[in-house]
Amino acid sequence: MTARDILSIAVLIALAALVPLATSASTVLNFLVFMLIIALGAQGWNILGGFGGQFSFGHAAFFGTGAYATAILQLRYGINAWVGLGAAVVAGAAVGWVIGFLSFRSGLRGSYFALVTLAFAEVLRILANAAGFTGGAAGLLIKLDVRPENLQFENRAVFYWVVLGFVGAVLLLTRWIQRSRFGAQLVAVRENEDAAKALGVDSLRVKLRAITLSAGITALAGCLYAQYFLYIDANIAYGTWISIEFLLAPIIGGVGTVFGPVAGALTLHGLGELTKAFAGRIPGIDLIVFGTVLVLAIAFAPGGILGLLGRLRAKGAGLLPTGSKEVSHAGR
Amino acid sequence: MYSPQIILEAMLNGLMTGAVYALIALGLTLIYGVLHIINFAHGALLTCAMFAVWVAWAWLGMDPYLAIPILVPLMFALGYGLQRFVIGPASHGDDGNILLVTLGLSIILENVLLATFQSDTRTLDTDYSFQVVPVGPLLLSTPRLIGLVAAVVVTALLWLVLNRTDTGKAIRAVAKEKLGANLVGIDVPHIYAVTFGIGCACLAVAACLLMPTFYVNPRIGNVFVLVAFTVVVLGGMGSIPGALLGGLFIGVVESLCGLYLGDSLGQIGIFLIFIAVLLVRPTGLFGAKA
Repeated sequence: MTARDILSIAVLIALAALVPLATSASTVLNFLVFMLIIALGAQGWNILGGFGGQFSFGHAAFFGTGAYATAILQLRYGINAWVGLGAAVVAGAAVGWVIGFLSFRSGLRGSYFALVTLAFAEVLRILANAAGFTGGAAGLLIKLDVRPENLQFENRAVFYWVVLGFVGAVLLLTRWIQRSRFGAQLVAVRENEDAAKALGVDSLRVKLRAITLSAGITALAGCLYAQYFLYIDANIAYGTWISIEFLLAPIIGGVGTVFGPVAGALTLHGLGELTKAFAGRIPGIDLIVFGTVLVLAIAFAPGGILGLLGRLRAKGAGLLPTGSKEVSHAGR
Repeated sequence: MYSPQIILEAMLNGLMTGAVYALIALGLTLIYGVLHIINFAHGALLTCAMFAVWVAWAWLGMDPYLAIPILVPLMFALGYGLQRFVIGPASHGDDGNILLVTLGLSIILENVLLATFQSDTRTLDTDYSFQVVPVGPLLLSTPRLIGLVAAVVVTALLWLVLNRTDTGKAIRAVAKEKLGANLVGIDVPHIYAVTFGIGCACLAVAACLLMPTFYVNPRIGNVFVLVAFTVVVLGGMGSIPGALLGGLFIGVVESLCGLYLGDSLGQIGIFLIFIAVLLVRPTGLFGAKA
């Protein structure tokens, strides 16, 4: 990782940190915090799905575990929220490791892996919805006690900065992974697992590390969600939709790139809000836009928004012939 | 412990639910067997078909069973068009892309229905919705019994089409060896679209059989699609008899789990079977060796 890598991420985060100084409208901040939480979970998905090529359809399993871990530790055991945050990451990573161990050891790939992750998330949803321990169908309310040591802030801007800080840290981590030996092995497994194995890459270990890391980051997003909204239930935390959110953002933004998940989350939710503003209160209208953008992105922009930008830039510089469909996962 | 009569009744009820699961899974397994993709839009397409049945009944006063001959070609055309003009071209032949395009389609369809019909749950009541037939000491719901018989008939028909007609032969050829089929003059994109169309036509039948006793809302497809995935995996991806037997089995398991664990935990048995089959024998009970 070079100084330039660190600098570009630091500048971007610093610029984003200025937003609350320009506006203190709570609708804007609410939108940004929610968008960043989705981006954070999507960054987690991107490590396994983008770099490792293992498309999970059940990242809700990790998001929900993070959210429930924080809430339950505070409510039932009176444990401090910041400690709960750490515990949530560990719990999510542990669930990730177990799911990864079971499915990768059985050699599940592609569609089969997608289905088994979906099923694990559903099992957790049904359990959380039925057990008394998790508040059952009524969900869990975290007690409102606005103090920084409780990870609750009077000012929404502070929460925005906290989430932004985590997003920035994960950007750095992702860039580091991309430049590291582990990242190279992960990409090798994505491109051709058998070839990678033949070259001596322990593919099971590489994939297990990826899913554990990925799950930990997504669990962090779940924890922050619970702390911001102070309420969770099984259909939010373990629902299929949240898994889809985490997969849409990197695919729209640029799968297997450092900034892709953030760019995708910003674009999708930005478009969603714009549609709602123009179309009025038609239910589901923003999701129709999400689905359309997904189909269009796969049809016309296989590298996502970042791939599209890169192609435009290359075309402007006369590097690529017009209409070229070449996609590069390097750099950016 | 429950008396044997209650358990028997639960099992028969499970068989009847399972028959509809089998019909839904039939389309999914056929599409998987030929196109080698998991069609995430299957649930949303089922919801479309169910709304079509409801609209035909509520606005035109058409009986759900009489709607079958009209809805089957319509759904076939929809499926054919989707595969030929959207899924095929948009995915550039990459498996991961097909998965995502069908996911995108399911999001679009589901929310277009939500925007059109709102999130209200709708039912239709016919004269025979609550009719029962006495079988020995048990009372069985007539429309659901019709569903069971129809599911077996449709499975047999589909098997005949695949094994006794030229189109069926072409479909099987494409499923086995795409390039070879192309070389002997089979129009592969056309066969893909026909397969997708047949899969959707099965959904049309399932929707018509379901509606007399079931309800519809824009999210209802999700309830069935995960179960259908389980059935397909259990029966072996691409296996027609596997889908029927898997569907019936899953129906019984769900019914018995519901009896012993209660409604909220009832579905967990299905997903545990799903995970176990995927982990231990991903080719399913009737699938070919990978």
